[in-house]
Amino acid sequence: MATAAQRKRSDDAELPEDPAGRAHFDELIAADQRVEPTDWMPDAYRKTLVRQVSQHAHSEIIGMQPEGNWITRAPSLKRKAILMAKVQDEAGHGLYLYSAAQTLGTPRDKMTEDLISGKAKYSSIFNYPTPTWADMGSIGWLVDGAAICNQVPLCRASYGPYARAMVRICKEESFHQRQGFEILLHLSRGTKEQHEMAQESVNRWYAPALMMFGPPDADSPNSAQSMAWNIKRFSNDELRQRFVDMIVPQAEVLGLTLPDPDIKWNEERGHYDFGDLDWDEFYEVLKGRGPANAIRLERRRTAHEEGAWVREAAAAYAERRRVESEKARLEKVQAA
Amino acid sequence: MSTPGTNDTEPWPLWEVFVRSSRGLSHLHAGSLHAPDAEMAVRNARDLYTRRNEGVSIWVVRSTDITTSDPDAKGAFFESPRGKEYRHASYYTESEGVKHL
Amino acid sequence: MSDQTFRISAGEALTAEKITEAGEKPTEAVANYALRLGDDALILAQRLGWWIARAPELEEDVALGNIALDQLGHARSFLSYAALAWDKTEDDLAYFRHEPEFVNLQLVEQPNGDFAATIARQFIISHFQFELYRRLVDSTDATLAAIAAKAVKEVDYHRDHATQWVLRLALGTEESRRRMIAGLGVMWPYVDEMFRDDELVESLGDVAVRPSLLRDDFDAVTGTVLAEAELEVPEGFVARGGGRDGIHTEFFGPMLAEMQVLARAHPEATW
Repeated sequence: MATAAQRKRSDDAELPEDPAGRAHFDELIAADQRVEPTDWMPDAYRKTLVRQVSQHAHSEIIGMQPEGNWITRAPSLKRKAILMAKVQDEAGHGLYLYSAAQTLGTPRDKMTEDLISGKAKYSSIFNYPTPTWADMGSIGWLVDGAAICNQVPLCRASYGPYARAMVRICKEESFHQRQGFEILLHLSRGTKEQHEMAQESVNRWYAPALMMFGPPDADSPNSAQSMAWNIKRFSNDELRQRFVDMIVPQAEVLGLTLPDPDIKWNEERGHYDFGDLDWDEFYEVLKGRGPANAIRLERRRTAHEEGAWVREAAAAYAERRRVESEKARLEKVQAA
Repeated sequence: MSTPGTNDTEPWPLWEVFVRSSRGLSHLHAGSLHAPDAEMAVRNARDLYTRRNEGVSIWVVRSTDITTSDPDAKGAFFESPRGKEYRHASYYTESEGVKHL
Repeated sequence: MSDQTFRISAGEALTAEKITEAGEKPTEAVANYALRLGDDALILAQRLGWWIARAPELEEDVALGNIALDQLGHARSFLSYAALAWDKTEDDLAYFRHEPEFVNLQLVEQPNGDFAATIARQFIISHFQFELYRRLVDSTDATLAAIAAKAVKEVDYHRDHATQWVLRLALGTEESRRRMIAGLGVMWPYVDEMFRDDELVESLGDVAVRPSLLRDDFDAVTGTVLAEAELEVPEGFVARGGGRDGIHTEFFGPMLAEMQVLARAHPEATW
């Protein structure tokens, strides 16, 4: 008996329809239950998940770079420790997510290959640079804030391993947004230069953060299917609205403004209105024409390639030890 | 059959990690990771899954060494206990209200 | 001291904040000693922090991150304690001293090199720190003893981590063995300096640990690992040293400039 993943690997053709499996899968989704790796699942469901979960993992890994950029220059030892712990968490989160994706039959090596060859996507937000320390604040407050809005509903995603990884990630990430907020708060209330640094940074990150939720619902063809499968729980626009409603009052606490003159409370809707976003910019970065796309991939590729000899050494050592202990075992048997 | 996600072609194999969160509790599955051998696997598990005081003891096991019950035999495996409510204390209602029972 | 304020004792997970809060002022000499150990840990953490997002495998990013964070924690504790003597803060010491005022060992400022060089440096410093802290827990200075009590357990893990990698790299492939030997060759000249006694240590008596006392245990333990790894103890160059007197190798200045650049651009700021 093989898992869906193993069957898939041995034969790359479309899976034969399994009526009983299909019925069971439909029942699970209808009852809002979790699908587990050994369950039959439609090919498209599996493909969607592999794509989404591996993209999510890649985003965590690439996302280490813009913040890693400031570890060596953090302006206080406390901030240095916090930043280091946060970037390290991101490596951990990438690992949890690669593990979840791997249960669908794609080994991590393959996903890494897809990432460094430029075939796989990751969140475009990480293709923006971090020229100032205040960007550590903006990434925590806005980027992680948006990510959390996206991620909390994913703790209930229909695919079990993904949902479980997200539970762990959300738990660990609760400090990420707060530390970013604190960085900005200290800057905003600090010297004039610090305040300006904070405002300038928020001005740069506001729109890209809002675009993290993806294109408007009308232009997001895959969303409906993901929602039907209980992978996605809320639409892009719903989540974006939720995020704006959250950050407008937070910006007031920070004493910073958001760079959108159209932000206004709408009594009727019970939400903040906000201006249109420049989606051409979004698609530009997505197509690889962002400020740091090449830098991010090159850095990842270099780390992976320069680490090859270390990974090979450890594998060779393990094999050597295995052969030695096997030999010792045989000698013991023969002696007896 | 082994656990999902195992793959013989990877240079560093996949390991499943079980963490005991405090003394007196069982080891629970925490997740998985890649490591070249058992010694490194248990160390990687420590670094990855106990960064926030989550554990006092760790097990690691090669994912390929875990045998899983057959999902297609779910009926044959897990039907039997259903309908045998008499295995549970809640089945016995006549002693309700009697102390220490 | 009231019941509410924190009192230093071994067994607590001591933090920099708690040391500052306790406010037990060290003497000038004790502060200068704490500064040495703090600088060792700080500069090592600064070097290790570079590896995050560059390690050979993601699991190793996390492992090196943990080690860097441990070292940074030790640095903050030692520096916070030293700072009390001069009515300063840990950040004043980390960000506003000049190169000759840093008193770390030259080993920890050596560039990361490749993974083997970093492991070689880790192998040497973590065995040294372990031998040091395991004795410092008996210091007659309660704060130093308490910092050491937490640090010794963490450093014990660091030396295990380094040992595992020395074995794997030395006995892995031809390339990894070549690189491991080269890495040890680059770092070993700085070993000698670590075990030199000087006036400060001698003046402190049972407060401090005499570095010369650590040499035999260091040689024995590292020798066992190197033998298992089929490696020779490197011979040849011995660096002149002088880190404890503020003399540093050429690699130190650029590293310090990077570390301090933002804080110094805004001397009035808090973060």
